[in-house]
Amino acid sequence: MDWAPKLLDMLWAIVLFGAVVAVILGLAALYEKRGGRRVGWWFVAPSLVLVSIGLVYPALRTLWTSFNDASGKKFVGIDNYTAVFTNSDELVVLRNTVLWTLVTPFVATAIGLVYAVLVDKAKGEAVAKAVIFLPMAISLVGASIIWKFMYSYKDPAGGSEKNPTHQIGFLNQVLVWLHLDPVNFLLNSPQNTFWLIVVMIWIQAGFAMTILSASIKAIPDEIVEAARLDGVGAFEMFRFVTLPSIRPAVVVVLTTIAISCLKVFDIVRTMTGGNFNTNVIANEFYSQTFSQDNRGLGAALAVILFILVVPIIVYNVRQLRASEAR
Amino acid sequence: MSGLSTSPDDVAIDGAVPPAAGGKPPSAAAAAKKRLSSPWASLAAVILAIVWTIPTAGLLITSFRPALDINKTGWWTVFTNPDFTLDNYKAVLDSGQTTSLSPYLVNSIVITIPAVLLPILLACLAAYAFAWTDFKGKNVLFVAIFALQVVPIQVTLLPLLKLYVTLDISGTFWAIWLSHTMFGLPLAIFLLHNFMREIPAELIEAARVDGAGHVTIFFRMMLPMLKPAIAAFGIYQFLWVWNDLLVALTFAGPGSATAPMTKFLFDLTGSRGTAWYLLSAGAFVSMVIPVIVFLSLQRYFVRGLLAGSVKG
Repeated sequence: MDWAPKLLDMLWAIVLFGAVVAVILGLAALYEKRGGRRVGWWFVAPSLVLVSIGLVYPALRTLWTSFNDASGKKFVGIDNYTAVFTNSDELVVLRNTVLWTLVTPFVATAIGLVYAVLVDKAKGEAVAKAVIFLPMAISLVGASIIWKFMYSYKDPAGGSEKNPTHQIGFLNQVLVWLHLDPVNFLLNSPQNTFWLIVVMIWIQAGFAMTILSASIKAIPDEIVEAARLDGVGAFEMFRFVTLPSIRPAVVVVLTTIAISCLKVFDIVRTMTGGNFNTNVIANEFYSQTFSQDNRGLGAALAVILFILVVPIIVYNVRQLRASEAR
Repeated sequence: MSGLSTSPDDVAIDGAVPPAAGGKPPSAAAAAKKRLSSPWASLAAVILAIVWTIPTAGLLITSFRPALDINKTGWWTVFTNPDFTLDNYKAVLDSGQTTSLSPYLVNSIVITIPAVLLPILLACLAAYAFAWTDFKGKNVLFVAIFALQVVPIQVTLLPLLKLYVTLDISGTFWAIWLSHTMFGLPLAIFLLHNFMREIPAELIEAARVDGAGHVTIFFRMMLPMLKPAIAAFGIYQFLWVWNDLLVALTFAGPGSATAPMTKFLFDLTGSRGTAWYLLSAGAFVSMVIPVIVFLSLQRYFVRGLLAGSVKG
């Protein structure tokens, strides 16, 4: 077994790390005793060094690489960006990313909201919520395997009279029960992108439900009481009381899911590898950078991802602050 | 800066997953639901819950079926033809076999523990300095670190990989630990800073008057009070690292040297995509630990999740 040396490595790393921090703190304490006023710098220094090496420097390097050719050495101006917006394969990548980012947040949030309202104050609410929220805890690779199995397809023509083909994918079996032909879900474009999106909806609905449920519970009782005394009906209550009260939370949920959809990688990589017209930016970035060795194009895709994410995050942060200010 | 230093506790969304309240007056949603003839509402909820469970339940059942049956008949046939086995789990756990997942399980653990501890340790220090000490350029630095949360990790991968090759640590655990630490720091600092600001200034000042230095205050007063914030970030980071594929694909070494379970499962889907007996059992082995962590610490998880929504 080779686990013992690995665990030892791990312990050693933790100890080493602790020692480095201890030395820094010791120096800081010494410095403070001698009347040093800027002890804060000592505390911030390790983090600052790490984020500079791990985030700032690489981001600038990638920005520069995005203006270079495939080898990353010869300056080519904005050629890589032009390629992303003109090459037909890359346009499919952009189209799919847009689909992911537009469809998933709304569907997942709608499902999460409906479910949150349905189970609110119901018997066994905690269990009911955990069921929907659990996909959030597992890896996207695990979720992809779960759904690849749901989608698995067997060619009905492959069997014989004596030994007919049975579907092992549940969705295709449902089609068979309904006397429809089984479908090769992950192969047929453009629907296959939607079948991949379903996986993300399955995961994110739980997130939406949890956040919105908490927000629903935070609505002041007086408002609800007053509306009820006015004889407001169920749908009016939802439309004019519940929905406006939780609007900031809804926006946060929508934008948060949109961000994870822009960056979606694991699901596409695991389920189709980006083949059959299902490619998205994050996966195309990975393929170009690490398989095709087209560093310039890969870097440009990463930068585009960055540029797309920023406005959503800025909006998200503003909404968070607005909801705090209320 | 005060705008950014509001705590996640103030957010309308906090307190997610509170226990179902019994005596409280009905909320708006409850009132709305009551009018929506209750049986239909319950039915809809139950149907949704079942639909959400079927995919996982199907693969879970499959993981206990004999390998030959899995590819011949659907998992739903076990209700009429029950036939179960533990062989699939033996195949993925027995370290003697080539399909064994156990070295990767060890790697996942070895990767995750430092990748959670290191950013917590560093971020506690930095957050304390940002919250309670004064130094030149403090505000600018804090905003900069906060802003770094928006950097998608894709932007950093290739330059980091080259750096690791130069430092001769590429493919080692160090490369993975460092990457996760660096990617996790901005969120950790932000979260912990917000929490530290909540601690009453009088406490700190009293200690300062008594002659305690910042180092002493940090260890004696701050760390014990920070437990909820550390838990929130810790669980978030734990699940992030444990479930990560991108960092593992980019930085882990070949074979079972340093790669975590996610990479093993990913490779298995590529090379043996129809070996469902391995995939199903493997997937569930990889899910056990995060699900346990999640179920036991749900409350903290949601808080971390929300604050970390922009990370990645």
